[in-house]
Amino acid sequence: MPYPSGTQAFRQGAHSALPLTSGIVPFGLITGVTAIGMGLSPADAIGMTLLFYSGSAQMVVMQLMQNAALPVTMVVTALVINLRFLMYSASLAPHLGQLPRRQKWPMAYMLSDQSFALCTLKMGSGGLGQHAYPYYAGTAITMFLGWNLSVLAGMYLGAGIPEDWSLGFAIPLSFLALLIPGIRNAATLGAALTGGVLAVLAADLPYNLGLLTGALGGITAGLAIESWQKKQPMPEANSEQEAS
Amino acid sequence: MSETTQWITFALIGLGTFAIRLSFIELHTVLRIPPLFRRALAYVPASVLAALVLPAVVFPDRHAGFDWMNPQIPAAALAALVAWRTRSTLLTLVVGMGVLWALKHWGL
Repeated sequence: MPYPSGTQAFRQGAHSALPLTSGIVPFGLITGVTAIGMGLSPADAIGMTLLFYSGSAQMVVMQLMQNAALPVTMVVTALVINLRFLMYSASLAPHLGQLPRRQKWPMAYMLSDQSFALCTLKMGSGGLGQHAYPYYAGTAITMFLGWNLSVLAGMYLGAGIPEDWSLGFAIPLSFLALLIPGIRNAATLGAALTGGVLAVLAADLPYNLGLLTGALGGITAGLAIESWQKKQPMPEANSEQEAS
Repeated sequence: MSETTQWITFALIGLGTFAIRLSFIELHTVLRIPPLFRRALAYVPASVLAALVLPAVVFPDRHAGFDWMNPQIPAAALAALVAWRTRSTLLTLVVGMGVLWALKHWGL
């Protein structure tokens, strides 16, 4: 049902994003704890958090910094991880594209997995109408505040956590928590298995190229399984194309 | 890495990420994603995350070889099970760290 006013749409957006912050708060805490734990200054950690606004890219870059990887590897890896935002950007473009720049650019900067998911759900049910922008803004600002405040809280806690707690292990664990729910079918499972195994086998390659090898191998495996499944006789196999 | 290099790296990642987020919102009238690229993007998160997780679990010390007794392997396996059943970031972290601490504390 369309919202009667923009304010109400904004409030509803913020309200529906609120429970999702419980998923990013632990991740934000760990990001803050790890940043301080690995010896970044508070200014470095805050700057990184605001510049990236991307927890997975930030964790990856921190891990690469600990491995003394080349800066080029860090930039390429972080941007490859964030390529998924291309998809989000494309699906939100019809709703945000007409806004003036002073609204469009901050909204693009605050684009997150959660805002995208909430808005596409709403758009799919046709419930947003002309109030897509305030609804999106409500979700985006809630996630932005939730993320940055939890990283700050983590930084504050991180200063008091001793080395022998092996908190470094929280990085792969937090990636695991993002990875597992994303495995929804044989193709994504194949992509994950291929990517993981290739990265282990190629772990000795210089400049963290093992990561890139695993990623490319995983994507190829996912595509191969997907096209193999499409060749099987399945009448609805093509129905989701161009759905957006 | 010097302070300057570090900030240039951070700034490049920040700008690049913003450019990716803005891409279609800014240029949707002129840009179109090629279909193969769109399909490939769907497998980026699973491939990249798995390629990050597995080596970090299997090789806690990057220069040591593979070790079956490495307590991170059972800890990650249990955490994966919890992630699958609950989809909760918090529980995954708590169980993974808890198992690792328990195994390190009481030995294998």
